Amino acid sequence: MAEITKQVIGKMVNGTISWDELVRIMRSEKEPDRFVKYLEVLQDQVAWKDRILLPLSAHLYVVQKEDGARIVKCDCGHEFSDYRENWKLDALIFVRNSEETIKEIYPEHMGCNPQWMELREYYCPGCKTQLDVEAVPLGYPVVFNFLPDLEGFYEHWLDKPLK
Amino acid sequence: MSNELKRESAVGWNGNTLAEMLTHSEKLFSETGHYFGLEKLELKERDPLRFERLFLKLRGSLVSAREIARNISASPIVKELGELCFTVFTPEGDSVALSTGIIVHVHTMSDAVKFMIRNGFEEDPGIKPGDIFCNNDVLAGNVHNCDIHTIIPLFREGELVSWIAGVTHVPDVGARTPGSSPVGPMSTYDQGLTIPPQRIGENDAVYRSFKDTYKRTSRTPLLLELDEKTRLAGCIMIREAIENLIAEEGLDVYKQFMREAIENGRRGFVRRVKRMLVPGRYRVPSFCDVPWEEEKGHLPQAAVNTLVNSPLEVGVKVDGTISTSLDGASRWGYHSMNCSPSALQGGMWVMLTQSIADAESVNDGGYYAFEQHFPVGSWSNPDNPEAGTAHAWHFLWSGLNGMFRFLSQGYYARGFLEEVVAGYGTTTNILYGSGINMFGEPFAATNMEMTGAGFGARGCRDGLNHGYAMWNPESDIGDIETSWELWEPMLYLGRKVKPNTGGPGKFRGGNAMESVRLLWKSKSAVFQHVGHGMVFVNSGLFGGYPSNTGYRRSVHETNAFDLIRERKPLPSCDRDPEDSEIEKLIRGRHVVDDKALTLPEPYVDGDIYLSVIQGGPGLGDPLERSTANIEKDLNEGHILPRFVKPIYGVVCSNDGANGNWTVDHEATRKEREQIRGDRARRAIPVREWLDKERRRVLDADLPAWVTRMYQESIELSDGWGKEFKDFWGIPEDHPTYNVP
Repeated sequence: MAEITKQVIGKMVNGTISWDELVRIMRSEKEPDRFVKYLEVLQDQVAWKDRILLPLSAHLYVVQKEDGARIVKCDCGHEFSDYRENWKLDALIFVRNSEETIKEIYPEHMGCNPQWMELREYYCPGCKTQLDVEAVPLGYPVVFNFLPDLEGFYEHWLDKPLK
Repeated sequence: MSNELKRESAVGWNGNTLAEMLTHSEKLFSETGHYFGLEKLELKERDPLRFERLFLKLRGSLVSAREIARNISASPIVKELGELCFTVFTPEGDSVALSTGIIVHVHTMSDAVKFMIRNGFEEDPGIKPGDIFCNNDVLAGNVHNCDIHTIIPLFREGELVSWIAGVTHVPDVGARTPGSSPVGPMSTYDQGLTIPPQRIGENDAVYRSFKDTYKRTSRTPLLLELDEKTRLAGCIMIREAIENLIAEEGLDVYKQFMREAIENGRRGFVRRVKRMLVPGRYRVPSFCDVPWEEEKGHLPQAAVNTLVNSPLEVGVKVDGTISTSLDGASRWGYHSMNCSPSALQGGMWVMLTQSIADAESVNDGGYYAFEQHFPVGSWSNPDNPEAGTAHAWHFLWSGLNGMFRFLSQGYYARGFLEEVVAGYGTTTNILYGSGINMFGEPFAATNMEMTGAGFGARGCRDGLNHGYAMWNPESDIGDIETSWELWEPMLYLGRKVKPNTGGPGKFRGGNAMESVRLLWKSKSAVFQHVGHGMVFVNSGLFGGYPSNTGYRRSVHETNAFDLIRERKPLPSCDRDPEDSEIEKLIRGRHVVDDKALTLPEPYVDGDIYLSVIQGGPGLGDPLERSTANIEKDLNEGHILPRFVKPIYGVVCSNDGANGNWTVDHEATRKEREQIRGDRARRAIPVREWLDKERRRVLDADLPAWVTRMYQESIELSDGWGKEFKDFWGIPEDHPTYNVP
């Protein structure tokens, strides 16, 4: 099993890894300690001290607050709500539901028909980063992408206490 | 195991029937959680190298047989694109090992074998050495009827030791409309050839009556006959290889090995899930369109606009198993795009196999750690055998796009960024057609260069351009001259990368390609488009956008042959639909619109047909895309220049000297700041937006097909309906949403 160092993981996170190196990693057995190193890389990259429990996406993390709360937090420092609630409900939204706004992203005939579907862009209220884009029909409930079983993950898979 | 059901006809082990063996196997798994109750892998633990040698020899024989047999076929779909696969099953119908190719059928053929076992084939028609069985019926086990299975038994000492099966994707099934996956049939009654599981030959020879039947049905009889020889030859080669393996290793060892290989596959799957994912609930819905309200040529029940809900929810459990559910899926409809559970299981499995399955032993073992729920009455499990399925892939590849989003969400959380992929482009638009070809003979076209779809953006780089088909991990677009121009009376004027087909993002989805075809030397022909023109059938990941929708561009009554005679330029692509190369160079009656799903329409010599394929979805905020990648995209023609600023906030110029684009970094920094400011100005808090949307939903101020989609989901699922109503605060007695 090839060793994947924190430096290599950092290159993957930052998108600077070469194709040759990536292919080598893809062909290797998945190392059991990847998650531990990955968290260290990510923790080093954020400006705040809250402990990262689980990365949710390119900018969002479930973090542990000092008072014991587990919330979703953006790497810019903006704090959303409890991780068991859908963070999108506390985001900013812009909806592309007209031919004019869809044509800003897609050439004519290559984007959705706004009578059938809309694009919902969710931004972080802090840094205005585009965190998610939903492609859904009009009136579709906001999608709760991922609800992790943190207790099960830490206690049964990582064999580590969550607290 | 009970001996009460022993019969003269029993061909199972130790005098048991196959049905008894299957029941026993299922009971052991149910009681122990291990395949065949194997809590220890004695053979593997005692001699791991021998175990591995057995597996590799078996897999080698399958791959080798596939590579040899495909040369018997004359169909470009099989010979060039590799649309075939072989596998070996236990007597109960569980796959031990498989070749490369269209491995979705490892499970569908397993269903077909189990169908024969459960329906008493041992007694009627009986099973003996040299028998040949066939199936293409989705109700027994299949995706759609153009995938034809050949299944043979391997006997040793009077016992059926293994089943061997092969599948090929044939070019035409003689449906109401042409092609391998016809779009036009409204039910099973007009979708062509149906072969429920049956014996089609003895002593390694196929009955002449069977050959006459399918040859009389299809528009491509010769190709079907050679495909049949391909399947049978492959199966016989594998049978001989296994007989040699048994002679070398012993029958008892081979029997034990089969059981252990499957349990080993199950354990490998669970081990990888625990190492690479995170337990929890993943929601990855997707949607599909059938905009046929204005389509002439349909009966009233089929001439409707249908929006399809595929609310895929995945649960990763602490025990390392996975459960999937399509609870809330829309109702089945009068078209050929409904799916059988067998098709969906196969589709899910083929994606899990490409991504998380243990490469050491890919087989049916993973299935034993994987549950599925397909609600009865929905498109995923029609409650009427009349439901058409000939083009099941239309809903299948859209409905399952979320599988990669779910896996990638888990991989990202665990740090396995090298495995993250935002999804895939569906292999559309597809060109189907039929008529008289340039040799004066009937033809039917299923152009499978649509396997040149784009793959989704990766976790740390762009997606693969024009080289991915979710249903065949070995996707190949085929050579123009030997694959397509030899069969279709349509010359290629060009085949090029299609800009802006990959979804934008920090890492963009892979771009797809487009082809321009010119009809020639045909006395009569019809062609159609099969794609998705109204909705995005995938979603981006982490702030990336979905890939393109399909469109139609055709030109009729053209001056193309005049241009050829005058040696003037011809279009080799459409490139920008708003500044079309075809429109600039070709005179004639231009048809361009969002109708990507049409019935066959007549074409004459000189007509132009544009084939546009779909790219892959993007990942991450486009404002974070590196300017070096933007320059590369511009200079390689992967993006239309006018989109660089609004999507990526990049300011650049074309220096005119060598034609290359260069980025103005300072202006780009300012532009990106400006766009973030614009976002703040035009976005609103989600809860504020929900208040307005709630009013719209309560007023049912939605297009009819959207309202109908919600009504169908509410009708078929109490759980989905309750969540929908609770989310919007819809009262129980609401006249639109109170669906019994």
